[in-house]
Amino acid sequence: MTTSGFDLRELAPQVIGVVLRRFRDFAAAEDAVQEALVAAAMQWPREALPENPRAWLIQVASRRMVDYQRSESARRRRENAAARERDLVVPAASVENESGQDDTLILLFMSCHPALAPASAIALTLRAVGGLTTAEIASAFLVPEATMAQRISRAKKTIKASGLPFRLPAGKQRAERLSLVLHVLYLIFNEGYTSSAGPNLRRSDLSAEAIRLTRAVHHLLPDHTEVAGLLALLLLTDARRAARTGPGGELIPLPKQDRTLWDQGEISEGLALLTATLPKGPVGPYQLQAAIAAVHDEAARTEDTDWPQILALYDLLNQMSDNPMVKLNHAVAAGMVHGPATGLNLLDALAADGRLADNHRLDAVRAHLLELAGNHPAAISHYQCAARRTASLPERNYLMTQAARLKT
Amino acid sequence: MKYILMMNTMKASAGAFGSWPKEDIQAHIAFMMGFNKQLTASGELVSAEGLAFPDQAKLVRAGKDGAPVTDGVFPEAKEFLAGYWIVDVESPERAYQIAAQASAAPGKSGVPLNMPIEVRQVMSGPPKEFT
Repeated sequence: MTTSGFDLRELAPQVIGVVLRRFRDFAAAEDAVQEALVAAAMQWPREALPENPRAWLIQVASRRMVDYQRSESARRRRENAAARERDLVVPAASVENESGQDDTLILLFMSCHPALAPASAIALTLRAVGGLTTAEIASAFLVPEATMAQRISRAKKTIKASGLPFRLPAGKQRAERLSLVLHVLYLIFNEGYTSSAGPNLRRSDLSAEAIRLTRAVHHLLPDHTEVAGLLALLLLTDARRAARTGPGGELIPLPKQDRTLWDQGEISEGLALLTATLPKGPVGPYQLQAAIAAVHDEAARTEDTDWPQILALYDLLNQMSDNPMVKLNHAVAAGMVHGPATGLNLLDALAADGRLADNHRLDAVRAHLLELAGNHPAAISHYQCAARRTASLPERNYLMTQAARLKT
Repeated sequence: MKYILMMNTMKASAGAFGSWPKEDIQAHIAFMMGFNKQLTASGELVSAEGLAFPDQAKLVRAGKDGAPVTDGVFPEAKEFLAGYWIVDVESPERAYQIAAQASAAPGKSGVPLNMPIEVRQVMSGPPKEFT
């Protein structure tokens, strides 16, 4: 939401923080600020930008809160349920962390609450921290506004019920909660990245929003290496956006992409960030994934790709986590370095472990390696099997085309 | 992930719907409206539509000149799509749960219809893992 070049969304978390401290009700404060933002988006372009936009928003939102509390207390008097109120109120704010910047972080921690399903955490983060309207979020996820409004309202009820205090989590909990925050930001990016151009164009704004929010977190926690790693990963991945789909929305795999379409600005920013971060240590999964993306981005032609380097990075990533998708990509890299037979052996081990049993990616990778090995009949059958299992329409088209290409 | 829940009715029972007692018809309609409200409240409803009775349906093919050639109803078909829901849920199991609820919509004398509901995933955009 911008009004005459002024980005309202930057102010959203700060304003919620102030209103929340004053009124101590997260769900209502978040609603009130949302109304103030909508009012500003309508009013400011028509009239002049207020002298102090932040104060304007706080004043309007506070007025809404007073109205709301008046009608609420009248309702409560009727119901005579004052005792219940204590359970529904967010505990008092701590006196430390009173700056607007910390509010962004605290709101992120709240919105990415461990009790929320990913879809709910994503929606709430986009509204409370991103300052997007419910209508904008609903349109990005292709659901009706009423449905999205309910999703957000339920998420806030869950947070209220958890009694989470409005302050930064401390100690070990803080690290765990931050990794949840980073995961939600990563998921928001994916939501945007997985949409093709055309009718879903607005969805791709989600990637830009994820980058903006991750940048804000990096700004607040400049020494956190995984935050920097995630930002680098998002930039280095987003750089390839224009090249990954053709004019008809068809998928173009990495080896076939027109690399002149890659965004060199994003690539150099991601590389600089990664170069500055890696020596700081400790090296975590986001930094490693960013490093892998960087190796791809640095190859001017597909055949210049430094596969031994990518394999070494996947080895590290594999040691760090027991993730079947990492093992799958590791098998691809091993196949590129040591030949398809090595990759296929690794896939057999992965298939035996069972966690990817129904996943189309296992078949797709097997088909690719079988094709490299020259076994076309088997490759065709695995491409077809993967095509039946994927839930992505462009990917199904791609896989069916791959199978048909080998038949002729 | 999004799923479509397709409510199939037997052609014979679609015709019989009109012959139910008024209270049973009202109870069925109230159930369907409440069901949609419940799915909105849970943040899962994408869309829901009921379709006209099958005897109003036309089968259309392109003629040699590309102009539509319409046929009447299809006497050979036993089952018809009566309506559908599209839901946005966290898991396929949740989609099955919603389908079972719809299946148990009240019929004549309030007896659950236990209609067959076909559940299929709605395809999404490009995958993240691809590139």
